[in-house]
Amino acid sequence: MALLTVENMTHSFGGLTAVRNYDLSISPGQIVGLIGPNGAGKTTIFNLITGIYAPDQGRVVLNGEDITGLRPHEIASRGLGRTFQDLRLWRHMTVLEHVMLARYSRLDYGMWGAFWGTPRRWRQEAAAEKKARELIAMLGLSHLADQVVINLPYGAQRRVEMARALALEPKVLFLDEPTVGMTPEELDQIIAIIKRVHRELGLAIFIIEHRLKFVMELCQRLQCLVFGEVIARGTPEEIQNDPKVIEAYLGEEKVA
Amino acid sequence: MAALHHAKAGFKGFMRKAWSPFAATPALGWLLSALAAVLLEKWLGLALAHALGLPKIPMLFGFIIALKKPFLIPGTLAFVFIIYLLPMALVARFSAPLANRASRALLKAPLAVSALVHLALLYAALHVWAEVSDYRDITLRLTMIAVMLTLSLNVINGYMGEFSCSHPGFMALGAYAASVFTVGLFASDRLFGAALLPPQLAPFLFPLALALGGLVASLGALLIAVPSFRTRGDYLAIISLAFTFIVKSLIENLEWVGGPRGLSSQPDLASLPMVFAVCALCVWVINNFVTSILGKATNAVRDDETAAEAMSINTRRTKMAAFMFSAFWAGVAGGLFAHVLRYVNPATFGIQKLAEVLAMVYFGGLNSVLGSVVGAVGISILGEALRPLEIFKWILIPLLLILVMIFRPTGLIAFREFNLRRVLSPKEPPQGRS
Ligand SMILES: Nc1ncnc2c1ncn2[C@@H]1O[C@H](COP(=O)(O)OP(=O)(O)OP(=O)(O)O)[C@@H](O)[C@H]1O
Ligand SMILES: [Mg+2]
Repeated sequence: MALLTVENMTHSFGGLTAVRNYDLSISPGQIVGLIGPNGAGKTTIFNLITGIYAPDQGRVVLNGEDITGLRPHEIASRGLGRTFQDLRLWRHMTVLEHVMLARYSRLDYGMWGAFWGTPRRWRQEAAAEKKARELIAMLGLSHLADQVVINLPYGAQRRVEMARALALEPKVLFLDEPTVGMTPEELDQIIAIIKRVHRELGLAIFIIEHRLKFVMELCQRLQCLVFGEVIARGTPEEIQNDPKVIEAYLGEEKVA
Repeated sequence: MAALHHAKAGFKGFMRKAWSPFAATPALGWLLSALAAVLLEKWLGLALAHALGLPKIPMLFGFIIALKKPFLIPGTLAFVFIIYLLPMALVARFSAPLANRASRALLKAPLAVSALVHLALLYAALHVWAEVSDYRDITLRLTMIAVMLTLSLNVINGYMGEFSCSHPGFMALGAYAASVFTVGLFASDRLFGAALLPPQLAPFLFPLALALGGLVASLGALLIAVPSFRTRGDYLAIISLAFTFIVKSLIENLEWVGGPRGLSSQPDLASLPMVFAVCALCVWVINNFVTSILGKATNAVRDDETAAEAMSINTRRTKMAAFMFSAFWAGVAGGLFAHVLRYVNPATFGIQKLAEVLAMVYFGGLNSVLGSVVGAVGISILGEALRPLEIFKWILIPLLLILVMIFRPTGLIAFREFNLRRVLSPKEPPQGRS
């Protein structure tokens, strides 16, 4: 059974239909890629599935539960973690605090526990810190754990975003252009990290990406989106050779 | 520019050198030194003041005398040096080894034990200091109330990054709710008639009165929070400002609490130990909150709300809870305030009060417990010192605030986490063998 399915989703901003009749199905452990030119509506699809916008039409089902129209924090706590294309970190917080905060939905000590510092609070926060430190180590950030994020280099900030999303223990991880602005070395590093995360945590991943090298290497299935509509779907090879894709998107870019 | 940098570095170096004898003095040592100084003042203060040609002991470390009677400045400086600076420096320096050993021993017990010992010493020092005059006593109590107000407002304006103007309103709600409770039950008053309960019960029920004040303020906060936090956008500043004005004119029109003439004959319940205990509790609880993950969720909301939601943080709950929590402490502070002055009227809770609390928050530093304490104490002392200037006081304090904003836009001690264990720890590495 599919882990995440989207059926017939449509959304408009005013007069502009940003996404039309969109379908998606991701099985456990699968890596699916979404490609398409600038402004095609890829980020909008992420925002619709993760609850930042409520779709005009269509249904989103995660693990058998209809999550359409839930608030983003409810969707996140049901196992959908994401990163943002334009890094959205909390500028005054340390790396460790970022990752610990994403454990929010696992805490049930309540405001009362927070005010009085009950034993339950200390126990749960110690557990959150332990989990956070594991993930920080996994993403190679241990030496930066107590740094405030705005002091970090760009590549490290990207990894903080990923560690934070993983702290939700998501069933599906959404990555919005994780390689944007990266050097070739950083690119290899991030591919290795994603492979490792996928292998060790066994989660499904849904990636928006421009770089072909990246999607070819990682994804089992691809969708190509143009003007809010999927014009092709299939294995990376099928997509690479699809004449519609070449015309609409790869044409001038040259398949790498 | 380079010269300025040079001067700055030189100044820093000088400060470090001047401070080096005290580098090993733990908090306990400083408390002991303060206690020594105030005891010295209690026993020798008056004689020394007369010997130096001062009419009485300088009440606020000479700050008040400075503007009122400039010719007394040399004597005052000598007094402050002999009674405070010198003894404090000596005790801080030479009690350090002992104080460190004591701190270390205390930390073997639960943190609360060490915290209570420190608080007891702090209270002892303040008590002896305040005993010298009623002026000191009341100034100290009002300052501690200012600490509570500042810190609670910092939760919203600093930690959560919203701009709330409703603190005078919350304070008024707390002040009136607590006053109605105590005046109605324990005082024979023209508004509420004869006392209903014997006055011996009053000190025990006073915490209840304060909590009631806090809860009423929280309810008021709910009225603001529901419309302000439903949608995104900066409605809070406007709605909360309106709230302050509405509360004020509401009370002015309520004849059964005295209307514009105010409400008096509150029993004398807000004694120094009472205010101290409530203030300590307030600082402790707020510090607990802002260092917890649930509390830090307010920081996430401030820095990026979309990301906070996407990371499973319930931003609406966070904002509501933080706002009502903040209002609760403002209400408690209001209740204390009414019982310190033993008279309240609606005019007290207007725009000037707002300006005062905002100044304390932004002067001391956003997102910082220590900053709020420093801001509240600093502006309170400054307000007293500048009192002889009357109206010019309200030109000088804003000017100072502007200077702080230019050179340290987030305040003096911003974005610092207050770690109780670190503060109470000894100041040198434990020796292996001695
Ligand atoms: N909140 C919004 N309000 C109005 N229009 C929007 C909004 N968000 C996106 N759009 C529009 O929807 C279209 C799709 O945008 P989207 O950000 O999803 O594209 P994208 O495929 O992620 O592009 P890129 O590769 O540049 O990230 C664009 O025309 C954009 O201007
Ligand atoms: Mg995008």
